[in-house]
Amino acid sequence: MSAGILATMASVAQTGIEPISGPIGIEPISAPVDGAVPTPEITWAALLPLIILGLGGLLLLTLSSLLKRKAPRALYPIWTIATAVLAVASVVPVWAKVQGFNSILWWDFRDLWWQPATTAPGPFSTLGGAYGVDGFSLFVTVLICCAVILTTLLISGYLQREELDGPEPYALLLLAATGGVVMAGANDLIVLFLGLETISIAVYVLAASHLRRAQSQEAGLKYFILGGFSSAFFLYGIAMVYGATGTTNLVLIKSSLAESIPRHDLLLLVGFAMLLVGFGFKVAAVPFHSWSPDVYDGAPSPVVAFMASAVKVAGFAALVRVFVAGFGQYAADWQPLIYALAVLSLVVGSSLAIVQTNVKRTLAYSSISHAGFILIAVEAASETGTAAVLFYAAAYTFMVAGSFGVATLVGRAGDGRHSLDDYKGLGRTNPVLAGTLTIFLLAQAGVPFTVGFVAKFYAVIAAVQAGSAALGVVAMLSAVIAAFLYLRIIVAMYMAEGDDGGSDAPADPADHIHVPRPAAAALAICVLVTIGFGLFPGWLTDMAADSTVVLVEQGSTDASTALPGGQTLIVDDEGNLVPAGDGAVAPTEASDPSADPATGDGAVEAPQVQDPAAAEGTASVERP
Amino acid sequence: MGVQIVVFAVCAIVALLGALGVVFARNPVHSALGLVATLFAIAVLFVNQNAQFLGVVQVIVYTGAIVVLILFVIMLLGVDTDEDLDTEPLLGQRWAAVIVALLLIGGIAGIFFVEGRGEAVTGQVAALAPIVPGIPSTDAQGNPTTAAGVDTFVRALPAEQQQAIGEQNITQIGEHLFTDYVFAFMITAALLTIAVIGAVLMARRPKRYEPMPELEDTSYEDVDELSTTGEVTG
Repeated sequence: MSAGILATMASVAQTGIEPISGPIGIEPISAPVDGAVPTPEITWAALLPLIILGLGGLLLLTLSSLLKRKAPRALYPIWTIATAVLAVASVVPVWAKVQGFNSILWWDFRDLWWQPATTAPGPFSTLGGAYGVDGFSLFVTVLICCAVILTTLLISGYLQREELDGPEPYALLLLAATGGVVMAGANDLIVLFLGLETISIAVYVLAASHLRRAQSQEAGLKYFILGGFSSAFFLYGIAMVYGATGTTNLVLIKSSLAESIPRHDLLLLVGFAMLLVGFGFKVAAVPFHSWSPDVYDGAPSPVVAFMASAVKVAGFAALVRVFVAGFGQYAADWQPLIYALAVLSLVVGSSLAIVQTNVKRTLAYSSISHAGFILIAVEAASETGTAAVLFYAAAYTFMVAGSFGVATLVGRAGDGRHSLDDYKGLGRTNPVLAGTLTIFLLAQAGVPFTVGFVAKFYAVIAAVQAGSAALGVVAMLSAVIAAFLYLRIIVAMYMAEGDDGGSDAPADPADHIHVPRPAAAALAICVLVTIGFGLFPGWLTDMAADSTVVLVEQGSTDASTALPGGQTLIVDDEGNLVPAGDGAVAPTEASDPSADPATGDGAVEAPQVQDPAAAEGTASVERP
Repeated sequence: MGVQIVVFAVCAIVALLGALGVVFARNPVHSALGLVATLFAIAVLFVNQNAQFLGVVQVIVYTGAIVVLILFVIMLLGVDTDEDLDTEPLLGQRWAAVIVALLLIGGIAGIFFVEGRGEAVTGQVAALAPIVPGIPSTDAQGNPTTAAGVDTFVRALPAEQQQAIGEQNITQIGEHLFTDYVFAFMITAALLTIAVIGAVLMARRPKRYEPMPELEDTSYEDVDELSTTGEVTG
C-alpha cells in the first residue's frame, strides 16, 4: 500500500470519534475509519490476458447453451484458440511497457490507453499489490497460452474420436489457463493459492473427463484426493509464513525478512517446508511424484499434455516467484531442500522410467526427471537460474505436448494402446508419426541441435555458476540414464519387429493411424519450435533473460530494470530499435494522441520517474 | 464483565448439551438439531468475545449451510434405518479414537503448562497487534506484544469500547476485502464457477453411454513401489 493511502487513512482516523487513552499507558485507539474506503487502483490493461482467458471461457459456455446442438463442431476449438491468441496479443503492449519499449515492430504503444497512467516503464504491481506484472509473469502467460492452443488442437480430434462432445473441456482449459496466469503473477500468497486451486480443480475434472473410461475416472479421483491433500499442506505453509512475518504479501514478506530476523525462525522454516510440499506435488518432484505415473496413464492423453506443460510451468513460475524472489533472503535455508528434491527427481525419475513397459508411464517418469532439471535451475536462486527455468519450461512445453500428442494418436480409439508393444513397427506403418515422435524424444534426451539440449545446457550452467557443480554432474549423469529410455522407444518403433512377424511384410492398412488436421498442425508447431529454437536459440534466450522476476509495491515502478538513465528504445524511421534521443520516455498520459509515430518526433517529455529509494522506503511501512 | 460471564455460562451449557445430544440421540434428525443448538451457542460465544463477524459467519455457514446439507442427506437416505452400534466397521477404531482423543486433550492441556503459552499457540504475535488499533507492537520492555498482551489490553477497556472494537473488526474485514484482497475475492468467484462447470461435466451422460471394454491388463504392469493393480481391476 502506498504512502499516500497510509497518510489518507491516518488523517481520516484523526478526525473521527475522539480517541481514548489506553489503560496500560500507550497510544490511543484510533476511531473507525469513516468515509470512502480507498480502493486500489487497477491497471486494467495489464490484466487483459487474464480477463480475456477467463471471459473467453465463460462466454464459450454461454454461447454453447444458447446454440444448444446447432453449434458446428469446429466452433469450440476455434473459439478457444482465438481466445488464447488474443490473450497473447494483449501481452505484447504490457511487455513493451515493462521492458521500456515504445513500440514493437509496427505496433506503437505510446498512445495506448493506460489506466491509470502509471509512472515510468518497468515492472509494476496492481490490484492493491496483489498481482505483479513483470517480464517473468508475462513470459509464463504466453507459455500457458501456447499450451492451451496446442492442447486444443490435440483434444478436438480426440473428443471426436472418443465420441465425447460438449464445450466443457474447452471452457475448463481456458479457465485453468486463467488460474495458471494468476499463479505466475501472484504477489500475494492467498492469491497464489487461489490461482493454484483454480488450475488444479479444472485439471482434476479434465483428467476425469473421459466419462466412458474407468481409468480416466480413477485418474481424476486420485489426482483430486492427493491434490487436495497437498493443497492443505500448501495452505498450512501460508499460515506458518503469515505467523512468522505478519503478512501474506510477498513484497512485504521480502522487506520484513530483509529488515528483521523473525523471532520464530522455526515457524518460517516449517512454512518453507510445507510450501515446498505443495509445489513439489504440483510439479511432480520426488518424493511427491507418486500420483503422476498413474494419473498420466489414466487421464486422456491431450489433457496429460496440458498437465505436463501448463500446470508444471505455472507451478515452477510460482515456485520461483515465492522462493527465489520472495524468500531470497533465506536462500541458504531453502536451497538444501530444493537440492534434495532435484537430486531425487533426477535419479528416481530417470531410473524408474527405463523399467516401464507403458509409454505414457515412461513419459510420466521422464517428466519427473525433467522437473529435477528445472529444480537445479531454481536451486541456483539467481537471475541466470530464473532465465534457465523459463527457457527450460518453454522448451519442455513444446517437447512434451508433442510427445503426448503422438501418444494421443497412437492410443487409437479408446485411448488405451500405450504399451511399448503398440509402438513396435510404428516406423514402418506410420513413418511420419514415428519420425515426429523421434524428434521429440531426442530433444527430451538433450541431443544437440534440439531445444532440449540448449535448455539442459542453461540449467546446468546456472547450477555451476551458483556453485552447485555436483548438482550439475548428477543432472548430466541422469540425462545419460534418461537417454536410454528415449532410445528404447525409438528402437521399438524402428528396429523391433511388429506382431505380424517379418519386417518386410506389407503394412497392414488397419495399422495406419488417422491423423486429424488440427493434431497434425499441433505436431508441426512442436517440431518447428523444437528444431527451430534448437538451431537458433538466441531469441528465446534473450526473452528468457529479459523476463526477470521483480517484486514491487503498487504505485512504484522498479526503474532499475529499465535502461540506465531512463533511456528507452524506440523504433526509428527505418524500423530499427534505437535508444530514444534525449533519454525521453513517452508517458501515455502526456503523449499527444495526434502525434504521428512515423514522423519520428514522438518522444515527449519524460515523466517524473519515481525515486527507487523512495519506493524502497514505502515498502517497509507497516500496513494499517 | 458480569454479563459476559453469565452469557458464557449459559451458552457453554447449551453448547455442551447440544453436543451430548448429537452423540446420544437415537434419531439422526435429533442429532442434527442438537448440532444446530451447539453451533448457535458457539456463535453467541463469538459475539460475546467481540468477534461479531465470526459469530455471524458461524450462523450463516455452519448453522445455515452445513447443517441443512447434513439434514438433506439424512432425509434422502431415510431416517428410519437403525444403525447397529454393536458392530465395528473398522476393527479397533473405538480404541484408536479413545487414544487419539486422549492425545488431543493432553496436547491442549500441555500448552497451558508451557511458558509464554500465547506465543506457543499463535506464533509471533506482533502480527496480531495491528488488528486492534492503538496497541503498540512492543511492550514496556521492548519485547513484541504477545497475544496475552493484546487480550489484556482489550479486556481492560470499558465495555462500549470493546463493543466498538468488535464493530471495527467488521469494518476492517470489509475494507481489506475490497482493498488488499479484492483480487483474491474476484478469483474466488472464478474458482466457484469452475467447480460448477466441473460438476456439470462429471454429472453429464454422454450421448452414447456405455463403459469402455476393459483393455488388456498391460497398462498396469507397474514396477514402482505404489502398485495399484488390485484396486483398479478388482
